[in-house]
Amino acid sequence: MPPALTFYSVSLPKGLGKGDSLTLDVLVVFKGALQPFPEKITQADIQLVVFYETAYYLSPYAVKVQSLSVKLPDARIESFTKIENTKIHGSEIKYGPYENLPPFSYSPIVVHFEANQPFAIAQELVREIEISHWGNVQVTEHYNLVHGGAQSKGEFSRLDFQARPHVRGASAIRHLVAKLPPRVHSIYYRDEIGNISTSNLWGDHKKTEMVIEPRYPMFGGWRTAFTIGYSLPLQDFLFQSDGKRYVNISFGSPVNEVVIDTLIVKVVLPEGSADISVSAPFPVKQGQETKFSHLDLVGRPVVVLEKTNVVPEHNQHFQVYYKFSSLSMLTEPLMLISGFFFLFVTCIVYMHADLSISKSSPSYLAKLQWDEVQAAVQQVRNIINRCLMIHDKLEASLRDLSRTGDVQACKSARKAFDGLLKDLSKDLKPLLASLQTSPQAAQILPKVEELVGKERDLQERMMAKHSTVVDSYEKKSSGREIENRVALQQQKITALRQEVDDLLDLIDEI
Amino acid sequence: MVGKAEPVNGSVKSGSNQSIPATMQSPLKKSDLIPNLSLKTLKLKTKQQELLIRVSILCLVYVLAFITRLFSVLRYESMIHEFDPYFNYRTTLFLTEKGFYEFWNWFDSESWYPLGRIIGGTLYPGLMVTAAIIYWLLRFLRFAIHIREVCVLTAPFFASNTTLVAYFFGKEVWDSGAGLVAAALIAICPGYISRSVAGSYDNEGVAIFALLLTFYLFVKAVNTGSLAWALASAFAYFYMVSAWGGYVFIINLIPLYVLVLLITGRYSMRLYVAYNSMYVLGMLLAMQIRFVGFQHVQSGEHMAAMGVFFLLQVFFFLDWVKHLLSDTKLFQAFLRITVTTAIGVGAIALGVGMASGYISPWTGRFYSLLDPTYAKDHIPIIASVSEHQPTAWSSFMFDFHILLFLFPAVCLISAIAVSATIKNLTLVARAKSKVTQTGSVRGSSSSKGSSKASLDQSQPFQRNGAIALLLGAFYLLSKYATHCTWVTSEAYSSPSIVLAARGAHGNRVIFDDYREAYFWLRKNTPPDAKVMSWWDYGYQITAMGNRTVIVDNNTWNNTHIATVGRAMSSYEDEAYEIMRSLDVDYVLVVFGGVTGYSSDDINKFLWMVRIGGGVFPVIKEPDYLVNGEYRVDKGAAPKMLNCLMYKLSYYRFGELTTEYGKPPGYDRARGVEIGNKDIKLEYLEEAFTTSNWIVRIYKVKPPNNRW
Repeated sequence: MPPALTFYSVSLPKGLGKGDSLTLDVLVVFKGALQPFPEKITQADIQLVVFYETAYYLSPYAVKVQSLSVKLPDARIESFTKIENTKIHGSEIKYGPYENLPPFSYSPIVVHFEANQPFAIAQELVREIEISHWGNVQVTEHYNLVHGGAQSKGEFSRLDFQARPHVRGASAIRHLVAKLPPRVHSIYYRDEIGNISTSNLWGDHKKTEMVIEPRYPMFGGWRTAFTIGYSLPLQDFLFQSDGKRYVNISFGSPVNEVVIDTLIVKVVLPEGSADISVSAPFPVKQGQETKFSHLDLVGRPVVVLEKTNVVPEHNQHFQVYYKFSSLSMLTEPLMLISGFFFLFVTCIVYMHADLSISKSSPSYLAKLQWDEVQAAVQQVRNIINRCLMIHDKLEASLRDLSRTGDVQACKSARKAFDGLLKDLSKDLKPLLASLQTSPQAAQILPKVEELVGKERDLQERMMAKHSTVVDSYEKKSSGREIENRVALQQQKITALRQEVDDLLDLIDEI
Repeated sequence: MVGKAEPVNGSVKSGSNQSIPATMQSPLKKSDLIPNLSLKTLKLKTKQQELLIRVSILCLVYVLAFITRLFSVLRYESMIHEFDPYFNYRTTLFLTEKGFYEFWNWFDSESWYPLGRIIGGTLYPGLMVTAAIIYWLLRFLRFAIHIREVCVLTAPFFASNTTLVAYFFGKEVWDSGAGLVAAALIAICPGYISRSVAGSYDNEGVAIFALLLTFYLFVKAVNTGSLAWALASAFAYFYMVSAWGGYVFIINLIPLYVLVLLITGRYSMRLYVAYNSMYVLGMLLAMQIRFVGFQHVQSGEHMAAMGVFFLLQVFFFLDWVKHLLSDTKLFQAFLRITVTTAIGVGAIALGVGMASGYISPWTGRFYSLLDPTYAKDHIPIIASVSEHQPTAWSSFMFDFHILLFLFPAVCLISAIAVSATIKNLTLVARAKSKVTQTGSVRGSSSSKGSSKASLDQSQPFQRNGAIALLLGAFYLLSKYATHCTWVTSEAYSSPSIVLAARGAHGNRVIFDDYREAYFWLRKNTPPDAKVMSWWDYGYQITAMGNRTVIVDNNTWNNTHIATVGRAMSSYEDEAYEIMRSLDVDYVLVVFGGVTGYSSDDINKFLWMVRIGGGVFPVIKEPDYLVNGEYRVDKGAAPKMLNCLMYKLSYYRFGELTTEYGKPPGYDRARGVEIGNKDIKLEYLEEAFTTSNWIVRIYKVKPPNNRW
């Protein structure tokens, strides 16, 4: 009997009556059962491992008939324990059948054989599954990989490895294959120092396969670390049942050849999720933590599941149930919007607020005065512009006159405009006076005065022209005569108008 | 069916025909109204229009400056480039993880084994602190980003900010048009792009910004005489000092500027205020940087600034005395006495300072600025940096970043020229149209009119010429922009860690050997292993391989580097003694013979010999040359064929066929068949060689057991 035993009890679906029979299929997966021997090999050596087992099925019950077959990967077998009834067929060793064995019968056997398949062991694998209700499941997997086979010793020769890769470096890990779900996108493969360019991806509607090559071929005892990440469509993995949402996603690593010492699965739920529960098909250690990601205020709840000794058979789906209101999805966009809103509001406030410290310093007063001057100049410009508009209207009235010949209407229009112009010139006076008193305006004042003078000149000429035209109409002069009479005036008016426009531009630039 | 369908179509047609005029009319009316309204509302706001255009152009330039630097990120990945940036990245990482005090007091035992390096006292922390602050700020705003992304994008971000500064500088010096052109030129100037592409996380990235900002603020301070601007320029200077050793040029250029102003008789109170406050405060602030410390008042490179400072005081004093003394003769005499005593006292102080060693003489770096061949003759280390540069002057320009100082000035001046030209041309072009608009104004008797009339006679030619010149200018400018983009994408956007080549079928082949080797070191060597390599790779090995190196790119100890150079150029047994004494576990060499990668260690080897020979006379350069020729084939010198570097590079290379139709052992980088194909290693063993043989790592065997 071996020194230490672990008992597993199986409860049957229904009691087993006398004389009844029941068939049980028991699947047990052992990790680390193969020991490399020799423990250190060179690049040229093949990798040999030993396997310890008992030829008799270890059971607390008496066994009537029992046989054992050991299937080995390669044909080459260094040695194996021969007891009675041992046969070998190619790469399969058969022990038994043995009959009528007492409870706890035990007969150790040792098989020593060639096993060149790589021993990829992930000492730690952290899978982070981040759910975003905007339609995305982001999976990030951090691998910490070691080649658990026979340690390599001596030189590593790239030349030999390149020339005869399957002889010199037979047991090296060259690549791993990750079987990813269909419709996966945004896949990356990188490590601490950047992207790793040696990977290939292909897929169809059923699955996606990614061949990842580590940066260097891994020999026995060599280590590497890398991260793969991919995005999945949310609707394939998130479902709803009686008011709760649940994520249904696979537990283990998508890389099939990898045996995992410690697997940590973190499910990051959206901010504001509550009422979280987990259902897994096998016992796992559970925990909770909080993760801060983009624009999080209180952090996202994270379900942490930890399991040691994970093999590909653990690659089953598990579920995380939680409650989440769809309205919470809006918090982050709203936060962004309000952030920008407040930014602009502060800008506006800053532009309009008076932040100077000393309200009596000369520079501050000068600035105030300058603002006043600018305001006054602006008003002057407005008034001049309005005058110019009235001039345009006068011209228009003249045109109406030539079209309709309605002298009365033209005269009344003229009267109205006269009144308007007078009001405007009245408005202009205090502004000019204030400009004259202000010391800051010294530079701009001559221009303004010139502008006002020119405008007045223009106004007078305009009036003169208007009167001439109206008079001529009253005298029923011919159109040609009127034109001749007005021509000189018109020239001057255009010239003046041009000058006024130039002056306006000039003042604008100051 | 067809017959029925036709009338339906017809009715539809007629209906649409009827409706067309109706719909035509209303838009017409509206369009009549809209131009009137918009023209009037817009005409009132020409200034705002101009502001809008200016701001949008500036925004576009800002964005352009950023995105034109992203070629390497798009083409490769978001990664740190070249050599020095890896040190900066590593220190930034340390700073963000451990905090500022730990960073300031960091003794790095991973480099310069066994000496170590006091990081806080031997670096300019500006860049790292900037990146860390950006990182912390973004973290605070809840953007979960990696520090690497911040580091990669720091340089483009600051390049964008530089365009803003350039705009304001141009506006201050000339007008806003010149400012805009200056911003655009700075944004695409290749000299600047080469130093600030994404991933080139180096001091220059932020230093150019600080440099331009200091100048701008100082000019602003001189123009306004405002204390606030002077203080701002002092702080900008402080930032510049904290970011880059090139601040020395600022502290010489600003006094030069002041001196020119003095000589040209443009001394004013404003200048006095600006320079004094900037110098005094800037100096006090600069001394807070430990790497600068008291150098700022002691080293010869800073004396010009101090001299101008005292000169300004004398000037001011004389001004005051002149104000008090009404007699000019008396003043003349006084002036003579004061000036002679001032110069005498200054000279004596300088002489005493120099003699007593209080003021350090100029460093080699500064001498080499005056005479570029100085470095070549006296400091092989400085010269070895520039080994690929063809001539002394251009290499000197390249190494000492003179271009970096020239290009902002060049950009500004050309911006002023361009904007002034375009402005004048557009004025000429527009003048004609104005005249044609106003038509019959010629009769008016103003002088303007007559000038216009005279202008008008030559106008058809002049106007067309102006338009043609304008078009030409725009063509040249757009050509320049596309050229700059092309240069950026072709020449400056390669990370140099990852090499890319075209394969036989036109596909892109990536050689990622450096990272392969560094990651192998990181994962598969003991954490305390010491790696010996030529100093170029030191920063990368510590940053990416996370292992201790003997020498690195901070070439502060020439003897140590020479020891490594000596080991590389000795026979294996002698080298083994040196490596044992340095406690070396692994030796890393870079070898391009398989891929044809030419900047490998064999091509750098002569510098190892020279630097090694500079300290240890046992190493003699002629031993490695045949008739003054450097070769690696059968005709090579016997010492060359058996030195450590040769053996490590070509170990088992003789068995490899690199190119079809060539004998085995054909070195593609140098195009020859190697001379020593049967290399046996006694004290080292091959530990790792990358897939394209670019990096080869050897393990130093422990000493044999003695009976």
